[in-house]
Amino acid sequence: MVDMTNYAIKAEGLTKHYGDTIALDGIDLAVPEGSVLGVLGPNGAGKTTAVRILATLLQPDAGHATVAGHDVLRDPTAVRRSIGLTGQYASVDEQLTGRENLELFARLLDFSRPDARARATELLGQFGLTEAADRRIKTYSGGMRRRLDLAASLVGRPEVIFLDEPTTGLDPSKRDDVWNLVRMLTAEGTSVLLTTQYLEEADALADAITVIDLGKVIAHGTAAELKQIVGGRSLQVRPTNPRDTADIRAVLSRITGRPVEEPTRGLLTTPIEDEKDFTDVVVDLAARGIPVTEIALKLPSLDEVFFTLTGKGVPDDAPADLDKEPVS
Amino acid sequence: MTSTITLPDAIEQRPASSMPWVRHSWTLAGRSVKKMMRHPEQFFDVTLQPVLFLMIFVYVLGGAIAGSTHDYLQFVLPGILIQTVLFSTVSIGVNLNTDIKEGVFDRFKSLPIARSAPLVGATIAECLRYSITIGISLIAGFVMGYRTSTSILDVLAACLLVLVFAWCLCWIAIWLGMISREAGSVQGIGFMALFPLTFGSSMFASADTMPGWLRAWVNVNPVTHLTDAVRGLLTGGPVAEDAFIALGTAGLILAVFAPLAVRAYRTKA
Repeated sequence: MVDMTNYAIKAEGLTKHYGDTIALDGIDLAVPEGSVLGVLGPNGAGKTTAVRILATLLQPDAGHATVAGHDVLRDPTAVRRSIGLTGQYASVDEQLTGRENLELFARLLDFSRPDARARATELLGQFGLTEAADRRIKTYSGGMRRRLDLAASLVGRPEVIFLDEPTTGLDPSKRDDVWNLVRMLTAEGTSVLLTTQYLEEADALADAITVIDLGKVIAHGTAAELKQIVGGRSLQVRPTNPRDTADIRAVLSRITGRPVEEPTRGLLTTPIEDEKDFTDVVVDLAARGIPVTEIALKLPSLDEVFFTLTGKGVPDDAPADLDKEPVS
Repeated sequence: MTSTITLPDAIEQRPASSMPWVRHSWTLAGRSVKKMMRHPEQFFDVTLQPVLFLMIFVYVLGGAIAGSTHDYLQFVLPGILIQTVLFSTVSIGVNLNTDIKEGVFDRFKSLPIARSAPLVGATIAECLRYSITIGISLIAGFVMGYRTSTSILDVLAACLLVLVFAWCLCWIAIWLGMISREAGSVQGIGFMALFPLTFGSSMFASADTMPGWLRAWVNVNPVTHLTDAVRGLLTGGPVAEDAFIALGTAGLILAVFAPLAVRAYRTKA
């Protein structure tokens, strides 16, 4: 069957070595036009190397890639005209003001002087930086810097945007800011390749997720598909009084017919197949008058997906799973 | 599935200029100048140093070397001027070495501009610093009693000659800045190379009193030819041959080190 999808980014077999270190070991990536691909992996997985190759900053040792229909090796200039890059660290000039930075990039993209000024003003407004426009970047907070960095990558209205760990090092409220900006972009139909080590971020922003580790793709799919890999849901109960633990354990194992585990102290979990079991547990506990602090039907989190795929944990700062569905 | 790709406005707005490389370099030179203006301490070496050196050489050593401080000033001013300018060519390597570690160069590389434009832009801005040094040296010399005996055009030609030579030489510093891990080592290597080039020349004393082996070096040192040409342009004397050799060497340096520097910049991940 012929693949009729138009791809904003299509990479096949990208390989990059640094001496004996293999940064990329033949990875394939595909971003259909207008979609967001989350490239998920721990530190050192090769995410940034892949972005740098696709943004024509690095040449691959093997493999080929097209971005916005242009070959990254044969026509890098055309690729550069079509992309916006937001690096892991704010890639703007610290000594210049926000406005000067945006005008500089606009001028380098061949905007006339008045057009550059207008585009800078427009972006500063869009990103809530009008008041800080004439301050030097080094006086900006981390969140403002990230916003300016995003704005800078949009100056030329690119078709494809690379966001390399856009929220690394930001506190949660600033992270929400950046997420909203990314959503705003994607609502306008821009294609985005987003790298992240935050599972929650990929889940929240991406249409599809490619999981990479040690330079290899280890899984690809939607968030829901990846969760299928790990399997079913589980029921979590947290007793209010520790002395009820044994009784609750008995109720759970009788109704679900499955073993009950206590992964962390004071939290009982058991696999659940039939949703009716959940209701039964709630009714049974209520009838016995056993109080619980928390009772939830839980989908496997991306943390668990990652653990299942790689056999190792995710970084400590990975956020809590999104999929908890508290019901009481 | 069909899809329409709308061209980004930037492409439609692109003016029909045949020299985007020049325009981009010029825009980036503007960035460097802005940065310089915000760090006035960057001008210390190019403003205070020539004055300080002139005073040390003329008032401390001049009498002993040439019998009178005024005679020595007439002799040494072109030397001090050239020495200060040549030493200030090192700083572009140091600055680019630190600058490039900031993310903004990643963005330059991701833009549809020539890879060399950020480097060329930085060198254009450096020419401003060199011009300031040349101006300050001449003014300080004039205040101390230095007098030119040629036309204003000759004086301008002397300034231009020094500027062109320094501009070519600064590509060595850029190349060092690209291949060095630390900014400090750029300065170390740069100064180490400049000592024999400047002191081992006709800048501070005539080669006649030097031992034979040193005289041999001084006579082939391009800085000697540059100094002699500038001397000729400021206070009279033969110019053409020395200027030709100085410019030829500068051109050779540029032809070798500018491509090396740009290549090192391209491959610097």
